[in-house]
Order: sequence, then C-alpha cells, then structure tokens
Amino acid sequence: DTSLTEVNSFSPSVPVSPSSMINQYKFEDGPELRDLFITVDDPESHITAIETFITYRVVTKTTRGEFDSSEYEVRRRYQDFLWLKSKLEEAHPTLIIPPLPEKFIMKGMVERFSDEFIETRRKALHKFLNRIADHPTLTFNEDFKIFLTAQAWELSSHKKQGPGLLSRMGQTVRAVASSVRGAVKNRPEMFSEMNNYMETFSQKINLLDKIAHRIYKEERDYFNEMKEYGPIHTLWSASEEDIADSLKGIASCIERCCRATEKRMAGLSEHLLPILHEYLLYSEILMGVLKRRDQIQGELDSKVDALANKKTERDQFSEEIGKLEDKVERANNALKADWDRWKQNMQWDMRSTFTNVAENNLRYYEE
Amino acid sequence: MEDCLAKKMEITVSEAEKRTGRNAMNIQETYTAYLIETRAVESQSEGQCGPVESLWRRYSEFELLRNYLSVTYPHIVVPPLPEKRADFVWHKLSADNMDPDFVERRRIGLENFLLRVASHPVLCQDKIFYAFLTQEGGWKEMVNETGFQLKADSRLKALNATFRVKNPDKRFTELKHYSDELQSVISHLLRVRARVADRLYGVYKVHGNYGRVFSEWSAIEKEMGDGLQSAGHHMDVYAASIDDILEEEEHYADQLKEYLFYAEALRAVCRKHELMQYDLEMAAQDLTSKKQQCEELATGTVRTFSLKGMTSKLFGQETPEQREAKIKVLEEQIQEGEEQLKSKNLEGRDFVKSAWADIERFKEQKNHDLKEALISYAVMQISMCKKGIQVWTNAKECFSKM
Repeated sequence: DTSLTEVNSFSPSVPVSPSSMINQYKFEDGPELRDLFITVDDPESHITAIETFITYRVVTKTTRGEFDSSEYEVRRRYQDFLWLKSKLEEAHPTLIIPPLPEKFIMKGMVERFSDEFIETRRKALHKFLNRIADHPTLTFNEDFKIFLTAQAWELSSHKKQGPGLLSRMGQTVRAVASSVRGAVKNRPEMFSEMNNYMETFSQKINLLDKIAHRIYKEERDYFNEMKEYGPIHTLWSASEEDIADSLKGIASCIERCCRATEKRMAGLSEHLLPILHEYLLYSEILMGVLKRRDQIQGELDSKVDALANKKTERDQFSEEIGKLEDKVERANNALKADWDRWKQNMQWDMRSTFTNVAENNLRYYEE
Repeated sequence: MEDCLAKKMEITVSEAEKRTGRNAMNIQETYTAYLIETRAVESQSEGQCGPVESLWRRYSEFELLRNYLSVTYPHIVVPPLPEKRADFVWHKLSADNMDPDFVERRRIGLENFLLRVASHPVLCQDKIFYAFLTQEGGWKEMVNETGFQLKADSRLKALNATFRVKNPDKRFTELKHYSDELQSVISHLLRVRARVADRLYGVYKVHGNYGRVFSEWSAIEKEMGDGLQSAGHHMDVYAASIDDILEEEEHYADQLKEYLFYAEALRAVCRKHELMQYDLEMAAQDLTSKKQQCEELATGTVRTFSLKGMTSKLFGQETPEQREAKIKVLEEQIQEGEEQLKSKNLEGRDFVKSAWADIERFKEQKNHDLKEALISYAVMQISMCKKGIQVWTNAKECFSKM
C-alpha cells in the first residue's frame, strides 16, 4: 500500500482535516503571496544518433526554506514532464493534476517540430508547472521539487528509484477491473453529481473548442479575401480623376480593417484557444480522478462485503477496514476541496478569457 | 434638365407579379410582370396631382425599349437595364430569377432605369418612351413600325470598323480604353466583394453556435449560469445581425453594377463613332480612286495597274466615244460622292459634338453617383461596427458577471 500518501509531505502520518486544507487554499491562491516563480522558455533542439528531441529551460526562483538555493536553472524534455505528472498522480490519486499538452496534434497539419507547435507546447508546459506551484498540496510534493532543481543526471537516477513499470501497470489493471465491477454502489450523492456535471461539461467544452477553432478559420479566410479587396480600389483609382481620392481612401480603410482582423485572430489564438484546450484536457483528467475515487471506495466496499460473510474474524478485519474507511474519507475530502478550488479557477479563467475575447472584438470594431 | 419628363411626372415601378402565359412559340412559361405607375405633377402648385395611371410590363418589353433607344440615339449613353440573370452571387443569395429578393432588386433597378431615361434631356422627349409609360396596348407594334431594327448596325460591320479605322478621334479611343478598364475593375471588385460577404457571413453565423452551447452549459452551472445564458443571447443577436447588414450591401453592389453596365453603353457610342469614321474613310477612299480613274481616262495615261487597262491593251483600245461615256459616268459619280462625303463629314462632326456633350454629362453623373455610393458604403461599414460594439459591450458585461 505504498500509494497512500496524498497528504502533504510536512506531516505524512497525521491525516489533515478538510478545514485546514481549505485554509491553506485561501492562503496560497493570492498571487501576492506566492513564493515560487517558474518560467519555461528557450526551446533547444538536440540531435543524437538515436533520436531528435527538444529541451526547455526551466527557471525557478523561490524564497522557500526547504530549497537549498533561491534560484535554479535546469533543462527538461517532454518525457521528464510526463514522468512528473505520473508521479503526482501516483501520490495524489484523487487530486486534480493539471493537464500536459498532448504528445501529438492529430487534427492540425502541424509538424512535430514546427515553430508553432513548439511555442504552443512551451506555453502549455509553463502553465502546467505554474498550476502545480499554485496548488496548496502539490506545490510541496517532493518529486516536484526534484524536477525543478535536479541536474540531468540526478534526475535520471532518481527516476529509476520509483515503483517500477510493472507495479504501475498492476495499478492500472486493478483500476480498470474495479470500474468494470461497477464501483458505483455506495457512491455518495455529491460524487454522482460531480460525475454528471463532468459529463455535460466535457461535452460542452468540446463543442466550444470546435466552435472557437471554426471561428478562427473563418476569420482567416475573411482576412485573405480582404487582402485582395483593398488593392482593387487602388487599381480603379488609377483610371479615375474625380473619384480617385475616395477610392484610395476606401483602399486604405480596408487595409486597416485587415490589420485589425489580424489582431483579433491573434487574440483568439493566444487566449481563448489555449484555455479551451486546457479545460478540454482537464475534463478528461477529472473523469479519471472520479474513477480513481470510485476505485478506492470500491476497495473499501469489497472488504466490507467480505467481512459481512465472516462474522467471526471481525476484529482482525476491523482495523483494516478502519484504515480503508480513513483512506476513503481522506480521498473524498481531498477531491471535494480540490474540486471546489478547480471550479473557482475554471470560473475565473472562463470569465477572464471570454471577457478578453469581448474586449478584443470591441477593439476590433473601434478600429 | 429643365424640361425633362421626370420633373413633370412621377414614375414608379411599384409592384411585381408572377404570371403564366404562352410565349411566341406557344409554350407555357412563367414570367414576372411589373406595374408601372405614373402621375402627372404640377411643378408650381403642391398638392395638385393628376390621377395615378398604371400598366403592366414585362422585362422583355423593357429590353425592346432600350434596344429602340440605343439604335435611335446612337450618340447618347443610354442607361442600362438591371441584369437579366443574377450574377456575382454569394452563397446565401440564390441565382434563381424567381427568387423574391432578386425580383425585388430588379424592380428597383427597372424603376431606376425609367427615372434615368426620364431625366435625360434628349431621351425623355421620345414618343415611344412616353407611350411605354402610358399606352398599354399596341405599344410593341408601334415600336416595330418605326423600323428601328433596320437602322441597327450589324455586329460584323462594327467589328470590321474597329480594326480597320485609320483616324478615329483620339478622345473616343481613350474613352474606349477607359470603359474597358472600368468594366474589368468593377467586375473584379464585385466578385471579390461577394467572396468577402460570404466569409463575413461565416464568421458571424458560427458565433451563433456559441449561443446554443452557452445556454446548454449554463444549465449545469450555478454561479456562472446567468452570465453564460445572457452572453449566449447576445451571441445569437450578433449572428442574426449579419443578414440585414449584407442585404444593405446588396444595394451598394447594385449601384456598382449599374455602372458596370454603363461601361457597355459607353463602348457602344465609341463603336458607333468608329463605324461612322470608317464609313467616312471608305467613302473618301472611294472618291479618290474614282477621281484617279477619271484622270487616267481623260489623259490616257495609265499610272496604276488595273485589270481593265490590261484587258484593253490585250483586246484592243476602246473608242473615244466609249471613253467619253465612261468619263461622264465617273464625273457624275464623283459629284455624287463629293456631296455624300460632305454630308457624311457633317454627320460625323455633329455626332462627335453631340456624343461628346452627352459623354460629359455622363461623366459628371457617374462621378456624382459613384462618390455617393462609396460614401454610403463607408457609412454602412461604420454602422456595422457600431452594432458590433454594442453587442460585444453587452456580452462583455455578461461575461464579467460570470
């Protein structure tokens, strides 16, 4: 049972009550109170005999005591981020771990190492680390600290220490099995609601993502046509005398419209599209978190059922059951608190993103 | 412009109606008839108008009228008719002649045509035009009786003249180039405008999808619900607004189209000039060669090679009587020719003068109309942006309350 510690590494043995966790969350979410600053930049391509890959520079600045120094600079590749994510998921199965950008983008015709792709990925990775840093529990995770501070060789040797691939596969198998068994039996109302919510939310986010992309495409097509529209007026003005000035005026206005359209498109691709995409990935993650919670509960339920058939050995099992009940309660509480936090963030993100879109459109029309 | 018909008479094309009837080949067909209403107006006293008179005409009758006017007044830039078939459509408009929007725009175009003719100082005085407006029955026969079809120049003749004329008036050549350029630039502009309209339509309409999804999403949200729902409503408003905007733009497109077709009318005047000039040049050439022939016969010298000369050499000279007779005929012809040349010259000069006067009038009209059209287009764009600002300001407010 090594996968138990979803409480922070300060006090590994004392179960943390929900209220103190909520206090922590309120304390940490204000940006003025942050004590850990991370940036991801400077992608560099590395070519070896076997493969080509990109590394990103991760710079950390902190005032925290447990860090030996106040500034760190390391280089990490996408694989390292994947490792970090899976370690966090292991340690905190019912916390909401932020999404990583995907390995490949199937639908777009973006090459694996095109500048656009690398830049999008870099921004997403930056967001990923910062979301972890802002999370009241995850920010103190030991693997996270190592990720930020260890040199390349230190990191690889640390990676090899964790539970092996086989045990991780075993976990996955158990998770699938329990979900097949239908661990929905004793699910508290609250989590059923969450499940329903997530199903609808994920549908809607999917649609919004598609719509936003479609709008971007239509705007780009519009822009392309406008580029041809303006010069025709200039051409016409060449054969006219009286109305030449009016025609030239219109041509220059069309040009300004083109520039304003470009700005609007940039606004979309910089703000709206990445956020929608992130929440798209979040919805998948949340479904996973809910499943894991169900799985933990399922373990408890099956032990309780087993006990019901063996009344004599109750004492022996009761301790075990007690532990499992604790585990379930902790898992539930962790998820609830995190869920609330996530929803707050989501709300804030959506609000600011769409407000931003509205502002961009306003600016566009004003210009 | 003082005495033109437009001042004395109110003319409107007020309605359009679908009809079925049998055409010349006795085949059943559907067509649209347009109601022309006219009313005499007293220029001095207000409120004293004559009764409204009306009659129905179909598009083919308008075409007949215009053909008559172009042939009868070749020196005038005759106003064009609205297009026969819908051209430069973008995807939302149909190219169907029976489509109500197309019929409506055509009705406006026909009214515009009549008003233009009625305000033209020369054309408004034409009796056939007046009859078109006021006489329901027997108008077609009246037109055909004028025999204008015979006066029409053949296409082939005109083409011939274009290539062979030696000394056209330079102003007309320039005008022809201008009308070619105008035609090509306006048709290019209209094509791109149609594509731009298409794309703009797409942008607006996809935002409508936001409305639906926001509303569905708001059902599962507690705090964000209201904000989302009202923002969704604004997205719907935004998406719907494009229909009116683009409909207004169609009027702008129609204004440009009129001048696209006017370019053709301009070219027609230039062609007539070329034809007349060519005629003149041919007549002059003919006269010169006849004079030469006469001279040769009179002096007995053969300066130029001619088959007649050769055959007479081979088969014997002609008698002095025969030669005298020939010279006499030629002299008569020369005199005739000189008179004809004189009148042709006069005709040509008159044509150039009156054509050029009308062209100047046309130029002023064109500059005025196009400037107004461009201004109204700019105004349309501004209003579109104002609407956009309003919608997004509202949406922003809703979003910030989420």
